[in-house]
Amino acid sequence: MHNVGFVHANGHQALRGVSLEAKSGERIAIIGPSGAGKTTLLRVFATALRPSAGGISVLGSNPWRLDRRGLRRLRARIGMVHQSPPLPPRSRAITAVIAGRLGRWPLWKALSSLLYPADIEGARMMLARMEIADKLFERCDRLSGGQLQRVGVARVLYQQPDLILTDEPVSAVDPALSDRVIGELIREAQTRNITLIASLHAVDLALHWFPRIVGIKNGEVAFDVPPVRVTDGMLKDLYASETAVVPTQANYPLSMPEPGIRRKPMCS
Amino acid sequence: MKSEAVSSAVLRDPAALPRLVLIVTFLLLLWPGLTLTEFNLGVLFDSRNRETIGKFLATFFPLDVSADFLRLVFKSTLETLAIATAGMAIALAIALPLSLMVTRSLSISRIGPRPGGWSGRLLRTSARFILMFFRSIPEIVWALLFVRAVGLGPAAGVLAIGITYGGMLGKVYSEIFESDDTRPTVALLETGSGRLAAFFYGMLPVALPELVSYSVYRWECAVRASVIMGFVGAGGLGMQMELSMRMLKGAEVSTMLLIFLLLVVLADSISALLRKAIA
Repeated sequence: MHNVGFVHANGHQALRGVSLEAKSGERIAIIGPSGAGKTTLLRVFATALRPSAGGISVLGSNPWRLDRRGLRRLRARIGMVHQSPPLPPRSRAITAVIAGRLGRWPLWKALSSLLYPADIEGARMMLARMEIADKLFERCDRLSGGQLQRVGVARVLYQQPDLILTDEPVSAVDPALSDRVIGELIREAQTRNITLIASLHAVDLALHWFPRIVGIKNGEVAFDVPPVRVTDGMLKDLYASETAVVPTQANYPLSMPEPGIRRKPMCS
Repeated sequence: MKSEAVSSAVLRDPAALPRLVLIVTFLLLLWPGLTLTEFNLGVLFDSRNRETIGKFLATFFPLDVSADFLRLVFKSTLETLAIATAGMAIALAIALPLSLMVTRSLSISRIGPRPGGWSGRLLRTSARFILMFFRSIPEIVWALLFVRAVGLGPAAGVLAIGITYGGMLGKVYSEIFESDDTRPTVALLETGSGRLAAFFYGMLPVALPELVSYSVYRWECAVRASVIMGFVGAGGLGMQMELSMRMLKGAEVSTMLLIFLLLVVLADSISALLRKAIA
């Protein structure tokens, strides 16, 4: 995206002059305080929001120049994991997961799957990757927040998109499982060589797993560097308005090594 | 001190004034209505009127429970139920497609590449207008029309109920779709799903309990309506009741009213059962 600006309906300017480029197969983590514009940024990438200023190009096309069908096809190739999963409480986990492929299935297949699910094994495999295979036929309102989030991730994995955008995918998941979920997302991105952009609240998760960190503050890009170049000072600046403490997964203070000592990220 | 004065002046509920205005307006509109309709509860308790009401009510008891009559009533009840159910089936067939056309939560143009052109709005407005037309004419008028067309009997009642209730169901369905949580539906549309698929996967699970309870209530209303339409010759309990009233047989009328009450109790229990099953 180039010089993108976005103003919400209530007049709040969420993004200002944001320019970001992600190559195919890259993995990027977006960090920043609440209200900085991370969700808006991801939704602009997901073609859910139309930028008020500037231009964007996703998977090779400008989504807002396409016709309706083209945009629909493009959207079927983009997978978005929402922060709070938009799953109807009465539907079951299996229906929620197979809904990922509605963009590709013909109508008859979608409707008959409501009567009897078309691909039970495929959905089960995705849930198994998220460690909730046993909840396959469970109703969504019987699942905990963390389990719901994982169902949301399973849906996107089932969709098999060419671009994965995740908005705080593990905010309600406990630390041990968070590592597994992010690990699975990264494994998926690596195996299929697709781009993964994740916004994370826990900075240590971001630094640990992603080779490129983008910091957003007040709707602008504060920095865009590999984790080894992220310093204590930059993080303090970023989160200055929130609290004095940089947020981490288990809420322990982030232990930053002395400046001068290089940190190696987990993945290459 | 100065800061105290400032803070106490600032904290007033901004919604208080509009609410007050609304309530006063409502009362002002209500008052002429009451006087126009000569609303006077005292009339009911006037001694002469009480005597008249008492004599009238006395003709209703004892209930007529002769075997022949009960058989007749049973047949008419079944006819009434059939009219109501068949009418509701037609109403659903009318209401579902039209409500889907009217509801804006399935509007692709809101999230599409370009804001919607006139065609979408035209379709929505025409569907709305059809629904309004169907429900604005009272069902008894439709029944009179159809009795002319297809003759005396249940068919006229079925068609009349089908059309009027189709209009009512359609409107309420579309409003349920718009007011319930649309996030799942929009999220699916943003994944490239088609509109119908997004409706069945995203909207229907959310709206189903409300849809069912309102539809069962409308079925109960349809039973009532079919009784009324019986008065103009559309068959069922209504026709029987009209005959009995003309012959001043209060006992028969009260039996039928009792059956009627039981039907409403039945509808109520069905609704409760279905809500529990679906919830």
